[in-house]
Amino acid sequence: MNLTAIDWVIMFLYFAFVLGIGVFLKRFMKTSTDFFLAGRSLPAWVCGIAFMAANLGAVEVIGMGASGAKYGIATSHFYWIGAIPAMVFIGIFMMPFYYGSRARSVPEFLLLRFDEKTRALNAISFAVMTIFSSGISMYAMAKLIQALHMLDVPLAKMGLPMSWSFHLSVFISALIVLGYVFLGGLTSAIYNEVLQFFLIVAGFLPLVFLGLKNVGGWSGLKTQLPSAFTHSWQGMTSAQSNPLGVEWFGLVMGLGFTLSFGYWCTNFLVVQRAMAAGSMTDARRTPLIAALPKMFFPALVILPGMIALALPTPQQAVTVNGVVQMQTVSNAGKGLIPVKIDVATGKSAVDREGKPVLDYDLAIPNMLLHYFPTGILGLGLTALLASFMSGMAGNVTAFNTVWTYDIYQAHIHKGASDKHYLHMGQFATVFGVLFSIGAAYTAARFNNLMDFLQLVFAFVNAPLFATFLLGMFWKRTTGHGAFSGLLCGTAAAAVHHGLTLPHGDVMGIKGGWIAVVHNYPSEMAQNFWTAIWAFSVCFLVTVGVTFITKPREEKELVGLVYSLTEKPSEEHLSWYQRPAYLAGLVLVLALVLNIIFR
Amino acid sequence: MSLDIRYPIGWMFSLFGVILAMFGLLGDKQIYARSLGININFDAGVGLFAFGIVMLLLAWRGSAKVKAKTGPLPDAKA
Repeated sequence: MNLTAIDWVIMFLYFAFVLGIGVFLKRFMKTSTDFFLAGRSLPAWVCGIAFMAANLGAVEVIGMGASGAKYGIATSHFYWIGAIPAMVFIGIFMMPFYYGSRARSVPEFLLLRFDEKTRALNAISFAVMTIFSSGISMYAMAKLIQALHMLDVPLAKMGLPMSWSFHLSVFISALIVLGYVFLGGLTSAIYNEVLQFFLIVAGFLPLVFLGLKNVGGWSGLKTQLPSAFTHSWQGMTSAQSNPLGVEWFGLVMGLGFTLSFGYWCTNFLVVQRAMAAGSMTDARRTPLIAALPKMFFPALVILPGMIALALPTPQQAVTVNGVVQMQTVSNAGKGLIPVKIDVATGKSAVDREGKPVLDYDLAIPNMLLHYFPTGILGLGLTALLASFMSGMAGNVTAFNTVWTYDIYQAHIHKGASDKHYLHMGQFATVFGVLFSIGAAYTAARFNNLMDFLQLVFAFVNAPLFATFLLGMFWKRTTGHGAFSGLLCGTAAAAVHHGLTLPHGDVMGIKGGWIAVVHNYPSEMAQNFWTAIWAFSVCFLVTVGVTFITKPREEKELVGLVYSLTEKPSEEHLSWYQRPAYLAGLVLVLALVLNIIFR
Repeated sequence: MSLDIRYPIGWMFSLFGVILAMFGLLGDKQIYARSLGININFDAGVGLFAFGIVMLLLAWRGSAKVKAKTGPLPDAKA
């Protein structure tokens, strides 16, 4: 890749702005609330963009482009079904309890509503998870920088070996993230997420514009791709007749209900952004404002993947009988998407049927390289780097808060001064980043271990929403019920995974490690059903155990349970400021999008 | 809040806009073969610059409002 001075100038300017914001915010970090919750004073639109952008790490951006190339427009289900309804639900129904209870974190809400053991279970699993997510983000970034040969020229100039590309990427990104989170805490992280959001739009809008112009617009794209790729609901009645390999019920219940509500409504990484808002109304509006850009993002991240697939495969000049001809190289892949190269053998990878495996993750990076000349290429790459780093920073800020409030203050050092916890938070940022580096190197060295850990996290997360749903809307739910429900739900997820296998996979990390009693048509279908089982088991066990244990006094639950909490008043707001109207607008728009692209 | 995020957004994007537009105007035109002959640096640069300026205007208007509310000498710590 040929980066010129202008690309580097844009990248360095961005880094300077990010660190500059941190330095400027340093003086305002006086209390732990300033550091962990941005002083609960940010405007709704800032929190809303951050709420959305916290989930827009580069792992997602690249992943959504990859899915667009693999499955087509059906990937937008992850937005229109798998995010919007949950974002509306948390804004309208759950935020009054998160924000109104003055809990400083999601685990702390579990403490207020249930008991210490439920909080500890959630806090510890969440803290470990954030470190690994941040490490994976760092690893993915270093791998991409390596794959694009971004640092090759500077390394060669400094006389360093090419293998340093990985180390240098990890080291620099860790240093920048550490710098701005240490200085400005959550405010810094949120501000960077807002910058990153606009950068992604600025970088990807021209890309989609050029790509669409090239393939003849949406109608041109339609003629060049199989019809299932441009219709999100086509063939959804049966798992066999659509690219995702999932039937509509598994999609709606698994992705649209259990997985998406479990993520958007209980994950502290996103909820923290709403807790930073300045008022209850702003906190409730945060996820609703986030939903507006969220539903149009498929156009920016999924569409480039689809265009990459539709473009002609690049040709190479080959000399045949002394005449130079343009030829498609054998095993060149499809469109702009190359064949995956096996790292161990250096040859192109093939699946069990001998067909070449495509490296879909390169869809977005290859689109950038294909259309962008130097200059705007720097902007596009800066957007990608920014989203990698904000993916890390989001996890690090969630980690330092949960560590300080829910683990350190709760179990290690109670009753210290606020200043003490502020310093602990800054210190936690340092070792959070150090652990992330460790996780990044672990990912580089033991790929299977990372797959295994992500699987375990999926089991832990799957039942969570059942616990919150019962806790917030059924006042009788007890702490013992919630705790045993969570454990059984996680166990149910693991057992379901151990008993089923996606079609064509080998027993092991993909499932079936107990015995194979059912085959799913795709891995996605298996994931969705794992979540459905975990949710159902957690729900039933929590209800069952609740009936045989003693409920808490009603007066202790005021502000924590729906039936015992005053509804937030919206009388003084004009109609367009009211969360309910905003929610209605969001749902109608999402419905319209589903109908247009059905 | 202590820092209105619209200021850094405004400055950064208008700066990026100026850099890209100038480069598009003065730099080598042959590089635009890959972007379908469109001078994408100039076009995107103008767009970014406009966006940056709008953000700065909004931020200035915002801080003028705060000053009007809190009197001529706003306390920075408030």
